[in-house]
Amino acid sequence: MTVTANGPLPSRSYDVAVVGAGVVGCAIARELARHPNLRVALVEAQDDVGQGTSKANTAILHTGFDAVPGSLEARLVREGARQLTAYAGESGIPVEPVGALLVAWDEEQLAALPHLAEKAVRNEYADARIVEPPELYAREPHLGPGALGALHVPGESIVCPWTTTLAYATQAVRHGVDLHLNSRVEQASRQDGGHVLTTTRGTLRARYLVNAAGLHADTLDRLLGHHDFTVTPRRGQLIVFDKLARDLLRHILLPVPTALGKGVLVTPTVYGNLLLGPTAEDLDDKRATGSTAEGLALLREKGARVLPALLDEEITTVYAGLRAATEYDDYRITAHPGQAYVTVGGIRSTGLTASLAIAAHVTALLADTGLDLGPAVDLEPVRMPNLGEAFPRPYQRAELIAADPEYGTIVCHCERVTRGEIRDALASTVPPLGLDGLRRRTRARAGRCQGFYCGAAVRELFEGAGA
Amino acid sequence: MTGPPRDVDVLIVGAGPAGLAAAARLAAPGVARVEVLDREQQAGGVPRHCHHGGFGTWTHPLTGPAYARLLLGAAVRAGAVVRTGVTALDWAGPLALNTLGPHGLETIRAAAVVLATGARERPRAARLVSGTRPDGVYTTGELQQAVHLYRQRIGTRVVVVGAEDVSYAAADTVRAAGAELVAMVTELDRSQTTTARAQYARLRHRVPLLTDTTVTELLGHGRLSGVRVRHRDGRTVQLACDTVVFTGDFVPDHELARRGGLDLAPDTRGPAVDGTLHTSRPGVFAAGGVLHPGERAATATREGSQVATAVRELLEGPRSFHGKRPDLPQ
Ligand SMILES: Cc1cc2nc3c(=O)[nH]c(=O)nc-3n(C[C@H](O)[C@H](O)[C@H](O)COP(=O)(O)OP(=O)(O)OC[C@H]3O[C@@H](n4cnc5c(N)ncnc54)[C@H](O)[C@@H]3O)c2cc1C
Ligand SMILES: Cc1cc2nc3c(=O)[nH]c(=O)nc-3n(C[C@H](O)[C@H](O)[C@H](O)COP(=O)(O)OP(=O)(O)OC[C@H]3O[C@@H](n4cnc5c(N)ncnc54)[C@H](O)[C@@H]3O)c2cc1C
Repeated sequence: MTVTANGPLPSRSYDVAVVGAGVVGCAIARELARHPNLRVALVEAQDDVGQGTSKANTAILHTGFDAVPGSLEARLVREGARQLTAYAGESGIPVEPVGALLVAWDEEQLAALPHLAEKAVRNEYADARIVEPPELYAREPHLGPGALGALHVPGESIVCPWTTTLAYATQAVRHGVDLHLNSRVEQASRQDGGHVLTTTRGTLRARYLVNAAGLHADTLDRLLGHHDFTVTPRRGQLIVFDKLARDLLRHILLPVPTALGKGVLVTPTVYGNLLLGPTAEDLDDKRATGSTAEGLALLREKGARVLPALLDEEITTVYAGLRAATEYDDYRITAHPGQAYVTVGGIRSTGLTASLAIAAHVTALLADTGLDLGPAVDLEPVRMPNLGEAFPRPYQRAELIAADPEYGTIVCHCERVTRGEIRDALASTVPPLGLDGLRRRTRARAGRCQGFYCGAAVRELFEGAGA
Repeated sequence: MTGPPRDVDVLIVGAGPAGLAAAARLAAPGVARVEVLDREQQAGGVPRHCHHGGFGTWTHPLTGPAYARLLLGAAVRAGAVVRTGVTALDWAGPLALNTLGPHGLETIRAAAVVLATGARERPRAARLVSGTRPDGVYTTGELQQAVHLYRQRIGTRVVVVGAEDVSYAAADTVRAAGAELVAMVTELDRSQTTTARAQYARLRHRVPLLTDTTVTELLGHGRLSGVRVRHRDGRTVQLACDTVVFTGDFVPDHELARRGGLDLAPDTRGPAVDGTLHTSRPGVFAAGGVLHPGERAATATREGSQVATAVRELLEGPRSFHGKRPDLPQ
């Protein structure tokens, strides 16, 4: 099993290099790992998988009911949702099928609901139905006053985006994929019919190349001579509310979409918080993952309408993610057979849901492009540590604690993360190289105190482990 | 939960000044079974990591850890059982709590429960300070533990947000860590500590105090590179620093109170109590920081003693619980 974070990259050529270890790149690497004859490298600029947009989204496993019918995105979201739901079940990725309510607040929105229901059918989703205010308020007693009706979409679910990405990466690495972190691809050229990538850790050679660089997919595409699309980072700021707010909400509350986008939603998270967001701001800085006073004020204003009691609750944290929006309405997944190259661009706001289907699609494109995949094997299943509240956490499992008292020793009190879980994460297949990575693997320091109680103790465990 | 519930007379959640002071007053060997739980590995509560002075009395000033040892000693000598590394997770009944420790899960029932769970400082995001999410952002609690308990390195240039007592304690810790204090920043028009302390800090340590000033944004990717501050008159400047400490702005640790559905005080959102520190649930009391976030330790200690009197009255009175009258010292 190979995960590297420093030193020169291996000199031997790979069959396939996947650039970008977000949820999409990791899913592709995992899919390629089914083919034991292939030597695959997953190359990531940052010090962990899933450090880009994949760590900072709304964490909804969409049904695709509102996609553009007939688009590639619609198909991959639909298939991906099914695949990820099944995969989550066998891998221990927390998913909760809470369902969504698209709430209409005025006549125009109310009139739009039947059209959305029809669109859902065209997207092969038949379970959406309109609910009247009495049922709506019975379902959501804390909903703000004045709602006229809603479209109920029972299939919309919430999922843990961190565990999803890590599960893919873990399985890929266990099946022979080399994960190279801290390796930003800066130049790309072709030599002797192969790709030569110049990275911050030296040269990497591969016969086939997959560009899953997220926000930077357009830059890498240009290095290979394509000017097919431009990525415009579209920022989404989100507010995470205290777990004590969890009982205020049962479903995902979506606004009726407008021309300006999907709008601000309120949703539970699998960790037991409530999430309010995202904003949608077109920017030109691909590093602008900060929050702004205006953005947070806007979210609070919207939240006050939808779930007034929410604003009395403590805020646990705030974050922002950047969608890889392009000038197109669909994903930009393109094979370039002459170059032994596949671009996976424009995976804007549904990439988590669609990841497994994107991976299968890209693998098929690689085969069409001439890559001989060789025989396929079934992957050894992975069992990921559970971060979700709907499933037993280690601190709740008497048999586990009896066998190992480290699971009875809480370090992070707000999130009830035990010393056993931190130890396990540090020794895992794809270990964290920083405290943020440890947080995404365990939830340590992710709670309401943000480290007041446990910050130094968690750091001590991390640094003591020689990281 | 594993195993049958275990019974004690008084279960105190939190071994900080309030919980320990209550235990010292309530326990008496062979008479009342008083058990104090604390989820940390060491008893003492917040004073454990307050290595500066500021505790004890004028005549007997103490550091936080010395103060904590004193209170712990008194509770243990009185006969209270103080168990650390044990968390009260949630309620298992009106006067029963599910607990967790390395020994496993256990339900403990009591005739009276005292919530002495303390308060914490509101962290950066909860104050809606916008910007990036870099390393180097602390509360005083984390800073003190990092420096005094774990000897961790903090940054080299530090901005302290706040100018109350706890902020000056943070400043002391910054200096103890060998870092430079760039500024103390407060929205208020003057320091909230004693004039003497503020003067001393300004003259002896040349700490600039920026009043009428708000920290509006954190800057930097990876590590903090600075904070943007805005003066009441509208001017904004950037202070270069690699560490920022958010001090004060206390919130009660009221999770058990809320999960138990106890009435909350509208101002602090800690549990609401009557004059005898009794909460809205018969047999459940509260004392210390969870009621008065941000007050000094002496207040919590005093209230711990006070709650002991109320608990004893309840247990001795006619309305005893579990149909029995625990024998408590007169
Ligand atoms: C606010 C918001 C809400 C969202 N909500 C949802 C949702 O509810 N459900 C859903 O399904 N989707 C959602 N999405 C979309 C989803 O998060 C993305 O589609 C998905 O994360 C994209 O994954 P990715 O792997 O393509 O990109 P990324 O996660 O950005 O990964 C790309 C990786 O490539 C690396 N990289 C870039 N350039 C280079 C280089 N030159 N060399 C090496 N590595 C490089 C980056 O460091 C990064 O790790 C949301 C997105 C946002 C922003
Ligand atoms: C950084 C800082 C500096 C301070 N400096 C001073 C000073 O110099 N002088 C001064 O007089 N005061 C100071 N104070 C205030 C003083 O610390 C408090 O007034 C005092 O600690 C309150 O005591 P307490 O027992 O109510 O709560 P705490 O001391 O907070 O103790 C509460 C205890 O409850 C435990 N607990 C909470 N929930 C659970 C649970 N579910 N299960 C088990 N255990 C639980 C916690 O682990 C903690 O040990 C300072 C406060 C802070 C935050």
